[in-house]
Amino acid sequence: MAVTADHAIPNRSPLIAFLSRWLLTTNHKEIGTLYLCLSFTLFFIAGAMAMVIRLELFQPGIQFAEPLFYNQMVTMHGLLMVFGVVMPGFVGLANWLIPMMIGAPDMALPRLNNFSFWILPFAFGLLLSTLFMEGGAPNFGWTFYAPLSTTYGPPSTDFFILGVHLMGISSVLGAINIIVTIFNLRVEGMTLMKMPLFVWTWLITAFLLVMVMPVLAGAVTMMLTDRHFGTSFFSAVGGGDPVLFQHVFWFFGHPEVYILILPGFGIASQIIPTFARKKLFGYHSMVYATIAIAVLSFVVWGHHMFTTGMPLAAELFVMYATMLIAVPTGVKVFNWVATMWRGSMTFETPMLFAIGFVILFTIGGFSGLMLALVPVDFQYHDTFFVVAHFHYVLYPGAIFGIMSAVYYWLPKWTGNMYDERLGKLHFWIAIVAVNMTFFPMHFLGLAGMPRRIVDYSLQFADFNMVASIGAGMLGMSQLLFLYIVVKCIRGGEKASSRVWDSAEGLEWTLPSPAPLHTFTTPPKFPTPEEDYQHE
Amino acid sequence: MTSLINRRCRGLIVSILLAFSNSAFAAVMDLRPGVTDISRRILQLHHFSLAICVVMAVLVFGAMFYSMYAHRRSKHPKPADFHESLLVEIIWTAVPVLILIGLAIPATSALREIEDNSNPDLTILITGSQWKWHYQYLDADFGYYSNMSTPAEQINNLEPKGRNYILEVDNALVLPTNKKVRFLTTSDDVIHSWWVPDFAVKQDAIPGYINEAWARIEVPGLFQGQCAELCGKDHAYMPIEVEVLPEEEFDQWILDQLLAIELASGQAVADRARTWTLAELMDIGQTVFIDNCATCHEADGSGQGSTYPALAGGEIPTGPMQTHIERVMSGSVDTEMQAWAPQLSDLELASVITYERNAFGNDLGDIVQPLTIFESR
Ligand code: HEC
Ligand SMILES: [Cu+2]
Repeated sequence: MAVTADHAIPNRSPLIAFLSRWLLTTNHKEIGTLYLCLSFTLFFIAGAMAMVIRLELFQPGIQFAEPLFYNQMVTMHGLLMVFGVVMPGFVGLANWLIPMMIGAPDMALPRLNNFSFWILPFAFGLLLSTLFMEGGAPNFGWTFYAPLSTTYGPPSTDFFILGVHLMGISSVLGAINIIVTIFNLRVEGMTLMKMPLFVWTWLITAFLLVMVMPVLAGAVTMMLTDRHFGTSFFSAVGGGDPVLFQHVFWFFGHPEVYILILPGFGIASQIIPTFARKKLFGYHSMVYATIAIAVLSFVVWGHHMFTTGMPLAAELFVMYATMLIAVPTGVKVFNWVATMWRGSMTFETPMLFAIGFVILFTIGGFSGLMLALVPVDFQYHDTFFVVAHFHYVLYPGAIFGIMSAVYYWLPKWTGNMYDERLGKLHFWIAIVAVNMTFFPMHFLGLAGMPRRIVDYSLQFADFNMVASIGAGMLGMSQLLFLYIVVKCIRGGEKASSRVWDSAEGLEWTLPSPAPLHTFTTPPKFPTPEEDYQHE
Repeated sequence: MTSLINRRCRGLIVSILLAFSNSAFAAVMDLRPGVTDISRRILQLHHFSLAICVVMAVLVFGAMFYSMYAHRRSKHPKPADFHESLLVEIIWTAVPVLILIGLAIPATSALREIEDNSNPDLTILITGSQWKWHYQYLDADFGYYSNMSTPAEQINNLEPKGRNYILEVDNALVLPTNKKVRFLTTSDDVIHSWWVPDFAVKQDAIPGYINEAWARIEVPGLFQGQCAELCGKDHAYMPIEVEVLPEEEFDQWILDQLLAIELASGQAVADRARTWTLAELMDIGQTVFIDNCATCHEADGSGQGSTYPALAGGEIPTGPMQTHIERVMSGSVDTEMQAWAPQLSDLELASVITYERNAFGNDLGDIVQPLTIFESR
């Protein structure tokens, strides 16, 4: 253990001690913290790129970003938010919470855990370094369609490919670790159907990761050999097929979007019952719905490709399968509402974010259903309507999910309560700004504004201006979030071990802050109700 | 086929939405009805699905907000303790399935019609390339390029932006009314997507593929669209303009085009026959350069970093004439430098090459004549 090692060599300089503690740590809580810090840092970088995009789109014409640079911002913003913010954010939460929720002393494979994390700074270092290269960063969108990314990609594309490989390795290793931990280290008595929902959704997410990240690795490897070793997987001139790229990419990409949201479902399912003071409605159906969503997510990738000239039969199949996903998703939403129903609710910051999550994610789900209808998709596809749709499921979905989790468990992690007044203020600014930024994008898309354009015709000016002002607010509100988190880490009202009066789960039986090593002897499960009452 | 609730809600919401879509707002915040039967069916389907979503949203969010009001701790201190009900779960699984079937039926029938590409009256081959469209009239055997015509000054905010800012082109695609026009799309380089919202046609133009779509346009007029698939630097500047003419006028237009082609080839013969002076070629060359080459190489020939080479003092523009001619006529394989031989006339090529060799401080003083270009073809 790194900490014991520090004691062994007392005359080490504090810097070395600090570095070796964080570089060599195998402790799930410390690694969880590292993941969350990385995610938070990249959130600001990728957010700054979004600010450049919105600044350029504030008015028609070219003002701040030349077209090529704009395309680089669009690409890097997407890549970083998906791979650098949401995924590491959720993995950080998994690291912190899964062992504490299942009564395990640590992750099953602690060294692997360290390795999975420390790959990431290199992966994102590589990716970010492309911004300073000759020819600029990747500029072909986060979906990197061939041949724009292969034959026509800038030289930095190779760094991008390597970066994606590294992230993929990290994700797969992390996911394997999570699966192994959940299957082997659960406390006695915690059967699968008694696991907290956050653990369940992460288990399913981890399976998705293990299945699709190798497909992404395959796609970028084919790109690499196309670019440098004379193959033509994706080049029509050499007898290859550019559409094959899209099939491979979206076979990864569609499950990927569920990877970005399922842990959020888990978080909402933990938080809403606590603040409604009522058990989660329909635990079993929640689990089955999550599994159904995960399975269906493997057969609907074609809905990103309706305009590539798919045959009618394929279009119909994909449309029906996509519409079907609305059913288990609906079940989840109904269950959350039923959990709130006749509860005894209070609205602390985590609850506010969780409710914001449910409502706004559902709006994104509705536009998703509309997008599934092939004939109408011919009008929506590749417009701002799609941009609105996926920002509704990702911002108030994934990001609000992470934020509500941070507010909810931060007292457990730090031992201090966050500033409730500021937390609520953060929520209200965020909810206004999110809607101001992304709602007008629906109108822009319907009125005919294509996505990923640096400049637009005059009829789109008003809504773009509104969206840009909203985006500025949204960006600013994150500084408040940073302040709240830092303030909470540095001190504040002491948190009890239970923190929230009706929180359930093993993590709440631990003192706050949770000591570095917990559950070195397995706890009792289910927790005797009395344990809760003694606060 | 749709359930009763569906139909009722549909009636109500669709009528609200229709009232809305007639107002001036519709143009900036809703799908447009367009000018084909399909585009109107798509609009209906859009409104129908939107209506279903709005109704569902009102119910679900209504229940949530009511609960947040009525079941907050200060009003409802003792929570109930139910947490499971098979019946309720079955209901809220089954009802959405029925609603979805109600949506899938009209969507399927519209889609079957859209995908019926048989028996066209007229076929246009649309080829995308960075960043322009080429339209080939397969039945009349001629074609032309269509470039954005918005000047760079407007884009760079040096001049006020016009009404059709970045939606206007030099040569619009011309189509007749009331004919089943089939669009075949393909690409010379990366993937583009040909989209005209008023026809509800969006079809990817993919290298190595020929995709199909069609439209039967009911009214004459000018319709605009844009490239919908990210295709590189000037993706935003790849508009589509379609001029729809009544049938007889369209037939006349085709005849005029064929005549103009005859005349142009006569003109080309005349251009080749004479010897041009440096001043004349520089003059024409500058226009050709600004219109075709300056997006990448910049108006002063300075290029853009390593992505687009500088022509001022460049190796090829200051090197042997023959290499220069070849590079411009056939481009460089697998780069954005495309072959210009099919796109420009002998005179245009001769003058743009001469221009490159004598502008930007290159000052080589040599000239290439249209005849030389003709012989290199
Ligand atoms: C879409 C962007 C683009 C446009 C438009 C374009 N070029 Fe190029 N051009 C390039 C690129 C990229 C290269 C470098 C190709 C290579 O790597 O071989 C290039 C190279 C050249 C070269 C060789 C320069 C050297 O020294 O190696 C010449 C000459 C040239 N272009 C002339 C033209 C002319 C004339 C036009 C207009 C008729 C034109 N280009 C339009 C992108 C463009
Ligand atoms: Cu294009």
